[in-house]
Amino acid sequence: MCDSCGCGHDHGATLSRPGGGRVLRLEQDVLAASRAIAGKNRALFESRGIAAVNLLSSPGSGKTTVLEKTIPLLSGRRLAVIEGDQQTANDAERIDATGVPVVQVNTGAGCHLDAAMVGRAVAELSPAPGSLLFIENVGNLVCPAMFDLGETARVVIISVTEGDDKPLKYPAAFQRADLCLINKIDLLPHVSFDPARCRAAARRVNPDIALMEISATAGQGLEDWAAWLGRLTARHP
Amino acid sequence: MLPLYSGRMHEMSIAMSIVDAAEKAAREAGAARVTAIELDIGPMSGVMADALEFCFEAAARGSMAQGARLAIHAIAAVGECASCGRMGEARSVPARCRACGGFLAIPPDGATLRLRAIEVEDAMKKETSHV
Repeated sequence: MCDSCGCGHDHGATLSRPGGGRVLRLEQDVLAASRAIAGKNRALFESRGIAAVNLLSSPGSGKTTVLEKTIPLLSGRRLAVIEGDQQTANDAERIDATGVPVVQVNTGAGCHLDAAMVGRAVAELSPAPGSLLFIENVGNLVCPAMFDLGETARVVIISVTEGDDKPLKYPAAFQRADLCLINKIDLLPHVSFDPARCRAAARRVNPDIALMEISATAGQGLEDWAAWLGRLTARHP
Repeated sequence: MLPLYSGRMHEMSIAMSIVDAAEKAAREAGAARVTAIELDIGPMSGVMADALEFCFEAAARGSMAQGARLAIHAIAAVGECASCGRMGEARSVPARCRACGGFLAIPPDGATLRLRAIEVEDAMKKETSHV
């Protein structure tokens, strides 16, 4: 369903008025209602000084491992996590083991988290004022990119076992991201991934995107990532 | 830790948003029924037209837009080739440059998902005249 976007064929129909019906010109954004809910989440986060980070990636890029390894580096900070997956609470159990409050959202047939789901999860979690809230989206670079959750920042994770042209193939995920983490760099000697090409591709679709190379399992680059998160929180006291 | 269950494929969410917006506009205009809906979708909207049509039929059931025709216009976007820098037209992503085969970088307006217009019928209107 979601590995391809836009149908490429124009159905070409224009509205005729066979029954003499009235045509109402609307020109309105279809996602306006969803954006309004995202706006409510954002207002709630700002009123409580919560920095919410929406984490996007393909399945298997290491989102949950990045979180597991980042949590101990943020020990002075109140943290909370929302885990999004189609099925299972496996990822939430991994976060639960770190002692950080977590809610699992199972989307079932759904391919993304939306603002309403996040709103419910936040009500359930009730993160303390000043918290850093991680929202781990469903592993998918297509649909989650379309849905504003009300987050403070969007972070996209790509791993070196993927193609270095991924930002060009899935531009929507990178276009609205504040930061791109290039993960699993300890595997670079074994793969053909070129970090410089990946950086150039990401900057091509989003000139303002910040980029960091990390290895969650080997620990490389995690201090820089934790410092970035620290600055993010400070911006939203 | 408490699991929450919700969700659907995103075309269904979008179809429901379209039905809600069409009903609201029709009601505000004092109409009784929505007979057609016209949409613009960009190559980066993340929406498959076929899936959206399928979902729309289900989403519209029992609403003022039940049975309405859905006209989907695929709007092309213009992007710059990441390899040779030429501009090219994209109707879907990933889009390739016609000149060199490189990837086209699509600007944010490629994510257009717009309800262009609806056609409505008023309550008092007779369906068709015989004779």
